[in-house]
Amino acid sequence: MAEPALSIRGLTKVYDNGFTALKGIDLDVPQGDFFALLGPNGAGKSTTLGVVCSLVQKTAGKVSIYGTDIDKDFAKAKYNLGVVPQEFNFSQFEKVEDIIHAQAGYYGMPLREAKPRCNQLLKDLGLWDKRNGPARMLSGGMKRRLMIARALIHRPRLLILDEPTAGVDIELRRSMWEYMKRINQEEGTTIILTTHYLEEAESLCRNIAIINHGEIVKNTTVRQLLTELDTETFILDLAAPVEKPPRIDGFEVEQTEGAQLTLAVKKGQRLNDAFEQFSAHGINVVSMRNRANRLEEMFVSMVDDDNAKARETSKAEVPS
Amino acid sequence: MNPRQILVALWTLVFKEIRRFTRIWPQTLLPPSITMTMYFIIFGNLIGSRIGEMDGISYMAYIVPGLIMMSVITNSYSNVASSFFSNKFQRSVEEFMVSPMPDWVILSGFVLGGMARGLGVGLIVTVVASFFTDMTIHHPLVTLSVVLMTSALFAIGGFINALLANKFDDISIVPIFVLTPLTYLGGVFYSIDMLPQFWQHVSMANPILYMVNVFRYGILGVSDIPVSGALVAVAAFIVGFFLLALWMLKRGKGIRS
Repeated sequence: MAEPALSIRGLTKVYDNGFTALKGIDLDVPQGDFFALLGPNGAGKSTTLGVVCSLVQKTAGKVSIYGTDIDKDFAKAKYNLGVVPQEFNFSQFEKVEDIIHAQAGYYGMPLREAKPRCNQLLKDLGLWDKRNGPARMLSGGMKRRLMIARALIHRPRLLILDEPTAGVDIELRRSMWEYMKRINQEEGTTIILTTHYLEEAESLCRNIAIINHGEIVKNTTVRQLLTELDTETFILDLAAPVEKPPRIDGFEVEQTEGAQLTLAVKKGQRLNDAFEQFSAHGINVVSMRNRANRLEEMFVSMVDDDNAKARETSKAEVPS
Repeated sequence: MNPRQILVALWTLVFKEIRRFTRIWPQTLLPPSITMTMYFIIFGNLIGSRIGEMDGISYMAYIVPGLIMMSVITNSYSNVASSFFSNKFQRSVEEFMVSPMPDWVILSGFVLGGMARGLGVGLIVTVVASFFTDMTIHHPLVTLSVVLMTSALFAIGGFINALLANKFDDISIVPIFVLTPLTYLGGVFYSIDMLPQFWQHVSMANPILYMVNVFRYGILGVSDIPVSGALVAVAAFIVGFFLLALWMLKRGKGIRS
């Protein structure tokens, strides 16, 4: 079996102030995967990726990129790695193409090799017209695409995207994902993604890990995870307002507005049973939609459970 | 990285640094030439004509090496300090950190960039000086060695300052409160023979005095201090500071959490 694109064993990070950000996590990302690393803010996602990219010093543990231990040969490991960080991290005063050429140079790629590759990336990512302008003149979405082009200039086999679509409009976000899907499928680039848009993770990623309080609380396939979803909540828009929510046997119904209800459907229940009862009450449903995306619902319930456990543990640890 | 890739990476960094300070030439190259022209006119010409000779040399000719050296020191230092700190501030330092460049290449790239600016400004000041006095160089090899070593030493100092700095104020403290006084007291405008015995001894603790005097010896053939000992001391400082900066970079001081 091929070695994982990324292998993490017992990764621990304790910051100088004593805060333990990572509590010995283990994680494998297979080659060619489109992998989502999810978790609430402060869960340890960026710290994990920071260690992999050498922006954060680990306290303990082992990280290997395509079989190369970063403690033994970090330079070799870094050749396989491209990083698109959460925050803009380029000189705002440099020209767009100079930023990408310089990054190629840092990887030892001569300009004559870097130029055609850079031109192709700029065209693919819709930055060609902006190549001679200073980076500060780019819009937020363009700056994100510039970081993607910069990360891909040396043809990395593993691309890390840390919330790359934060603050990017829907159309641009979709075009970015199309591009990512393309390089994942056509070039076999392994992609690790962190995002707060869970519908993206659901539609793009094959495997997923959820991290909370510095621990991996779930590591499975997206498909498997969704089968574990116990309850889906739908929003129903009604033809006319109702005075109070109707009693629908076997289902939980709440009223959010006069002509809007929420319907919780547990695994194994049939929507038809609910709609038959709505009809019997003379209620006409004109449209319905998921309250949250399915993965989001799963994520929220899992993180809530984990947080509740953490609270109970900390209570138990408080001396009476 | 193989040697060819290392050379490409090093050149990329040096070229980027040179492009940076030439792009903002009104802030980096122009001010020193104007300031030094003022020094030559006011101190060298107007006041110098009343002072007469210093160590048997016209006062204008005497202050030229010190002023060139002052430009080299301040520009080598501030180029690296401000450039590297800007990279930290804009987080573009992460571009180097995620790359396979060894730490010594990152350090050398910034140091060579700082030296390029220091030497470039030194050259501009030399050209300006040549309008005011005869610029015959007595010992070219000594002159070249000491100016290269001085710019390297202060470029490394600027790098260490930038690593330790947390805000922009932190990179101006050393140039204002340490470098400028030491340079002025380093025999740029006078011979330490003019000082009382006590202050002559105090002056000998100023490292910039040695650099200015060796450079003056290279150009004019006169010096207050022994030349070879000073060159060895500067070389030792370069090695020590380079290793210190490298150690700090490896530990991620000021750049890794």
